[in-house]
Amino acid sequence: MKIKMTINNVLKEVEVSPSEFLLDVLRRLDYMSVKKGCDTGTCGVCTVLMDGKPVLSCSVLAASADGHKITTIEGLRDDPEFKAISQALLDEGADQCGFCSPGLILNVYAMKRDLKNPTEEEMKKYLVGNLCRCTGYVPQMRAIKKYFEVRS
Amino acid sequence: MKEVKRPINKVDGYGLVSGQPVYTDDLAPKNSLVVKILRSPHAFARIKNINTEKAKSLEGVECVLTYKDVPRNIFTRAGQGYPEPSPYDKYILDEYVRYVGDEVAVVAARDEFTAEKALKLLEVEYEVLEPVLDFEKSKGSKSIIHPEKDYKSESFVSSDPKNNIAATYEMSIGDIEKEIEESDVVVKERFYTQAQAHVMMEPHAAYSYIDMQGRLVIVSSTQVPFHVRRILARALGMPIKKIRVIKPRIGGGFGGKQAIHGEPYVALVTLKTGKPAKVYYTRKEVFESTYTRHPMRFDVTIGADKNGKINVIDVRGLSDTGAYGEHALTTFMVAGSKVLPMYNKVKAVRFGGDVVYTNHPPAGAYRGYGAIQANFAIESAMDMLAEKLNMDPVKLREINMIRENETSPIFKIMGEGREGVDMIVRSCKLDECVEKGAKKIDWENKFKAKKEGKKVKGVGMAIAMQGSGIAKIDMGAATLKLNEDGSFNLLIGATDIGTGSDTILSQIAAEVLNVPTESIIPYSSDTDVTPFDVGAYASSTTYVSGNAVRIAAEKMKEEIIKAGAEYFEVPIEEVEFDGKEIKTKDNKITLQKLAEILYYNENQKQLSTTGSYVGDESPSPFMAGYAEVEVDTETGKVDLLNYVAVVDCGTPINPNLAKVQVEGGLAQGIGMAMYEEVIYDKNGRLLTNNMMNYKIPSRVDIKNLDVELVDSYEPTGPFGAKSVGEIGIDTPPAAIANAVYNAVGVRIKDLPITPEKVLKALKEKQN
Repeated sequence: MKIKMTINNVLKEVEVSPSEFLLDVLRRLDYMSVKKGCDTGTCGVCTVLMDGKPVLSCSVLAASADGHKITTIEGLRDDPEFKAISQALLDEGADQCGFCSPGLILNVYAMKRDLKNPTEEEMKKYLVGNLCRCTGYVPQMRAIKKYFEVRS
Repeated sequence: MKEVKRPINKVDGYGLVSGQPVYTDDLAPKNSLVVKILRSPHAFARIKNINTEKAKSLEGVECVLTYKDVPRNIFTRAGQGYPEPSPYDKYILDEYVRYVGDEVAVVAARDEFTAEKALKLLEVEYEVLEPVLDFEKSKGSKSIIHPEKDYKSESFVSSDPKNNIAATYEMSIGDIEKEIEESDVVVKERFYTQAQAHVMMEPHAAYSYIDMQGRLVIVSSTQVPFHVRRILARALGMPIKKIRVIKPRIGGGFGGKQAIHGEPYVALVTLKTGKPAKVYYTRKEVFESTYTRHPMRFDVTIGADKNGKINVIDVRGLSDTGAYGEHALTTFMVAGSKVLPMYNKVKAVRFGGDVVYTNHPPAGAYRGYGAIQANFAIESAMDMLAEKLNMDPVKLREINMIRENETSPIFKIMGEGREGVDMIVRSCKLDECVEKGAKKIDWENKFKAKKEGKKVKGVGMAIAMQGSGIAKIDMGAATLKLNEDGSFNLLIGATDIGTGSDTILSQIAAEVLNVPTESIIPYSSDTDVTPFDVGAYASSTTYVSGNAVRIAAEKMKEEIIKAGAEYFEVPIEEVEFDGKEIKTKDNKITLQKLAEILYYNENQKQLSTTGSYVGDESPSPFMAGYAEVEVDTETGKVDLLNYVAVVDCGTPINPNLAKVQVEGGLAQGIGMAMYEEVIYDKNGRLLTNNMMNYKIPSRVDIKNLDVELVDSYEPTGPFGAKSVGEIGIDTPPAAIANAVYNAVGVRIKDLPITPEKVLKALKEKQN
């Protein structure tokens, strides 16, 4: 079946099978920033924004993205918020293996819009679905807190 | 020092956070055949028959392989030194399958959908055999897991497959029985540690193709590209020179990628079809069909005099290597060699036991590598001893622990798989770590505080040591190449798996050359392009590969000075290089200008140097870990409120990256201590085969980690550095168990420390 998605502000018409997940379609279209980590909607590395809201692309059927706006990290490269979040992570050395970074950054990006002056606990709860095995989360939280203090 | 001891950003950081296509699966050719593996539904079975006809005739299927179609060369998948300390007990595909998830057959198709459909069309008839699912009953069981005739191991590995033993080890110093007899206080306890899954975020991945010279190229998410090349050559029966292994960015490894996994299957498909092929493990496959940590059992006996001086430590171990003996002997030896030397004032010490086969998924390398298992047992037993002595556990450690400029006879006796090396601990700030940690957690007050109420707080501690590479076995090398603009390519076989080693190795080169780190362009690792390096394991990269980089850079400095002397036509003694300019008393030229002249104008030649390093010793990083917990006595739930880690890793080359290594290690250690549990059903099928059932700590579980690096200098390390990759993981299991005991008086001796176990123990205590 054919669907239309606006991916990173570009309208695309894509042939998908009814059982295909958004994650696989995005990777097929070379949006390689969207990673595949767990197959069960648990790890958060496949996070993308759908109409601005974070979703797990491994759990969204591509067909249901028809007519929606999808944003991946590739679409945020010139966005000052993306630059600030990623720089904060880099400054703490919290990028490590980097596999979870794009998904985490997209969720932080959305959190910035959704939460006003969040506490650390609120931030952790918002980001709880973004797992990381390298950093122990603590340096990521240091970076995110710094980003919020400076930017908000 | 300008470039080291500086928390600069990772050189590849921006590429990673901006989602560049840098990992294996991102880079695989679009036309790659998709490789899928049919896996055993039985814990132990013989394949009587496989019908592949239906699968083969499915449109889009290009290749189906069973054990009848592949080379029958016995090998080990463990990526470690050579000669190999793991038994040769594995074929690419075999007629026996030894665990639920073991490889039965391979299909390659034009797309994933077709490949999966083809898997379902394979018809396999099994003769189901009696599995061995209890590692305590494996030795001498009537079910023999490895009956194959060509099973073998190197002469220094004591395998006994007829009795399901992958390896045995025994060592002893002094008169154990006499010292136990003469001790005023003796503790004798049994401990268990569980299998733990690595759960690196990127699953195992590999792709392969044939290059224009007809050579086999494998691109793999591996920690050990050079070992992969050697092992593949053996398994496939090909010369090493016909194989090239390239490592792109790696999404975490932790030891799980210190082996070969999907590489032989894509390689065979490419060799058979001539086409590119790729494999990307599902998370279920990562759990069921790669590695876990070796579960171990320890019987620990410690004897001390009434003043707390420990006379004797006797450790009897049993380790479960699962269906294959990867890292069997070496993890078991590390359980002794990286824990027992901490208590170097004993009169007698003994360590020994068996590593047995079972029909569980194979155990393999995992951060902490045996040390974390034994650390839990011994550091728990130490607290039990302290209680019997009515002594503060911190004081017990202070009386007995190793200190700077001391040694232990164990260093010489126990290496990894083989004899170790004698060494004096030249840098050891363990005493400072213990003291600082105690202060930070407010030990004095919290340890003695009254323990009352429904929710009770308690503190606990443990100390740990690890190593820095494997002395006299593991080698790293680095090549530096001067470019015509004065920048340098740094070619390293060392494998950055997300640790930031490309960055810290660049910092080391920059420091020696006195140039900014930005002038160093690192590339790791490609067996055709970069010099040999055993890879990222055993906490070796900063120390072993770092020293190789230092040597290469020192040689480069000499080469630059020599080229300057030739240019100015003066003796080299009259030439200086300050990183920017090459100077004599009267003349000077910038490095950039000299490089340009060297490559385009006069006396033309390439400046390029290589350094190699193998450690004569393996300096230990040390750590003291302090946990503060709150135990809910009504539910048994343990909350880890705070974890203080004070670490001596020598001088950190990049303090940020070193600290994150410790923080990441701690979180994994906390996972092992409190959450992570590999569970099988009665037939040996893994129940925790996804990330919903297998629980790694989330952001909410990790509350406060307080990491401090003490000021230390390791004279044999590059700019005073030791390793930091593993040490962080070691202390949480024992420190948290000790804290729970200190809070509510129950001791959990088998990991993980779950609410159920705590509650059960609390109920038993009341009765």
